[in-house]
Amino acid sequence: MEQSQPGRIARGWSNFMEWVDERFPLTETFEYHMSRYYAPKNFNVWYLFGVLSMVVLVIQLLTGIWLTMSYVPSGDGAFASVEYIMRDVEYGWLLRYLHTTGASAFFLVVYLHMFRAMMYGSYRKPRELLWLIGMAIFACLIVEGFLGYLLPWGNMSYWAAQVIISLVGAIPVVGPDLMEWVRGDFLVSDITLNRFFALHVVALPLVLVMLVFVHIVALHHVGSNNPDGIEIKQNKDENGIPLDGVPFHPHYTIGHDLPAIVLFLFFFCIVVFYVPEMFGYFIEKPNFEEANSLKTPEHIAPVWYYTPFYAMLRAATFPLFGIPAKFWGFVVMAGAIVLPAVLPWLDRSPVKSIRYKGWLSKGMLALFVISFFILGYLGTIAPSKPATALAQICTVVYFAYFVLMPWYTRVEKTKPVPDRVTTKATRAAKAEGA
Amino acid sequence: MKSRSSFLWALTAATLTFSAGAFPAGSGWPLDSIDPDLEDLPSLQNGFKLYVNYCIGCHSVKYQRYERTADDLGIPHDIAMDNLVLTGQKIGELMTTSMDPELAKNWFGAPPPDLTMVARVRGTDWLYTYLRTFYQDEARPFGVNNLVFENVGMPNVLAGLQGEQVLDDSGSPELVAGTGQLSPEEFDQVIYDIVNFLYYTGDPSRLERHRTGIYVLLFLVVLYVFTYLLGREYHKEIVD
Repeated sequence: MEQSQPGRIARGWSNFMEWVDERFPLTETFEYHMSRYYAPKNFNVWYLFGVLSMVVLVIQLLTGIWLTMSYVPSGDGAFASVEYIMRDVEYGWLLRYLHTTGASAFFLVVYLHMFRAMMYGSYRKPRELLWLIGMAIFACLIVEGFLGYLLPWGNMSYWAAQVIISLVGAIPVVGPDLMEWVRGDFLVSDITLNRFFALHVVALPLVLVMLVFVHIVALHHVGSNNPDGIEIKQNKDENGIPLDGVPFHPHYTIGHDLPAIVLFLFFFCIVVFYVPEMFGYFIEKPNFEEANSLKTPEHIAPVWYYTPFYAMLRAATFPLFGIPAKFWGFVVMAGAIVLPAVLPWLDRSPVKSIRYKGWLSKGMLALFVISFFILGYLGTIAPSKPATALAQICTVVYFAYFVLMPWYTRVEKTKPVPDRVTTKATRAAKAEGA
Repeated sequence: MKSRSSFLWALTAATLTFSAGAFPAGSGWPLDSIDPDLEDLPSLQNGFKLYVNYCIGCHSVKYQRYERTADDLGIPHDIAMDNLVLTGQKIGELMTTSMDPELAKNWFGAPPPDLTMVARVRGTDWLYTYLRTFYQDEARPFGVNNLVFENVGMPNVLAGLQGEQVLDDSGSPELVAGTGQLSPEEFDQVIYDIVNFLYYTGDPSRLERHRTGIYVLLFLVVLYVFTYLLGREYHKEIVD
């Protein structure tokens, strides 16, 4: 029997897929992670920042690879090679600004992604490991950004590295030797630059990509949380499909994420093409001067995404137990970064989502966000007495959010959680019924 | 080791206590504002000409090439070679200075800085004001001081064009009549052109970036409309 042309192509394709599937679980993997991965149907805009983080990761990897082709990792050549990229490499300016803007965008979307998890209790059982892996990604990202910031070998690169590495020196007993070991020299030098380069372009990206992979494996194993904080796996139909779930692909990939990615790229490109320096917040002015170990910039401030933690570092102003304040600043800063990791064990609330938590939780989360913003601002300005006092208050509020959580999540009155997820439609119907 | 690290920390702490205001802090002299214009080719060409005549003897623009500059500013290569490349270099070479940095250090206390990106570090308003606020000060090695950059090591290279300025009783600069070749308005234009040129060298792709950006954003808008409409079809099923 003669077959039509499209029929032959379809048959050929299915034969090919059969051949592949016998040797590699391609269809099975796609179904497990995409077309038969059931995500709650009540996702809102907060659920975009995970996929946007992946988009930015890809932007950073691709532009990073191309930048590496023209970048010279040496004290003599680094600064000039960046300007060579900006001037003599075809579309080098675009690669570089995509990468610098990408760094800021990465932190922006990751902060929003983390905030989403904090709001809706996405760190709660059974997602503790998912959360921990996410925290590892965040820590990795902080280090990756710090390492990359030295590479342009601008004067702010140099002095920011100098200040942060010097924190290691505040560790009692082993500090000074450890600091020398980190730098590989008696001061930030060519050797430091080269090791930072190796770590920034090979080691950390490798770890980051692996962690992101593991993060997604963990997510698809436990299933996504949602704004109601309800486990959709508890309500399945006769085929074992969650009643409140929709296949991730194509409903969320095309229905939800694709237009959002385009919209994100729109705003991203406004920055890349029109305000890549972002008034000194994405690329700091002293970094247009080459690194100079004899000329300290008038005002050393990290890039905006580190400023909340930097403000906390500077908020420690008094020595304790005979150990200098600088060390305690380092402890406070590291603590502020690491502390969110234990959230799954601090939250004792019977409900997951902020929607059903009480006023104490809502108030504490609001205070936490406000203190984070104020600290972010304080980290950009030069210290003064009132600024330091304010930073100390905000640091206390930041830590109080975590430390007091076991108490305030237990004592407050929570709202009843519905059995099924709520959407605009269900809420409207309920309102009508009422 | 310990003393060095604590010294470093003290140094850092000291620098942190400096003012956090606009970057070109210092004297506090109010800056005159200008609007650089990368589409004003005559201004940029004049700025380039002035730069190679008055500035490049000491200040390199060593990250920028003559060829790129000539092309961007609409100057034919032969005219550029005859009038703008005064150092015997080839057109594809970087715009370096022929001044020996070691000698320069002896003469001025520090080698004159490269100015490729000075407009990005200091800002165009700072440069425009700085270059117009030199005044006579016998206490300084070159007989001049500056209102924006106090005790600057640079001589007033453009004094011949501007003329000498002295401070009046209120501390404002006053032109000594008959000492300069140009009127104040003409001199302001000269400085504008030089600053405009340095604004260009700071990021020579700026104009191309702005022009390309429009097409990229338009493309994304169109793409958004289609992906939104496509997405809505899938999203409907979730809502229903």
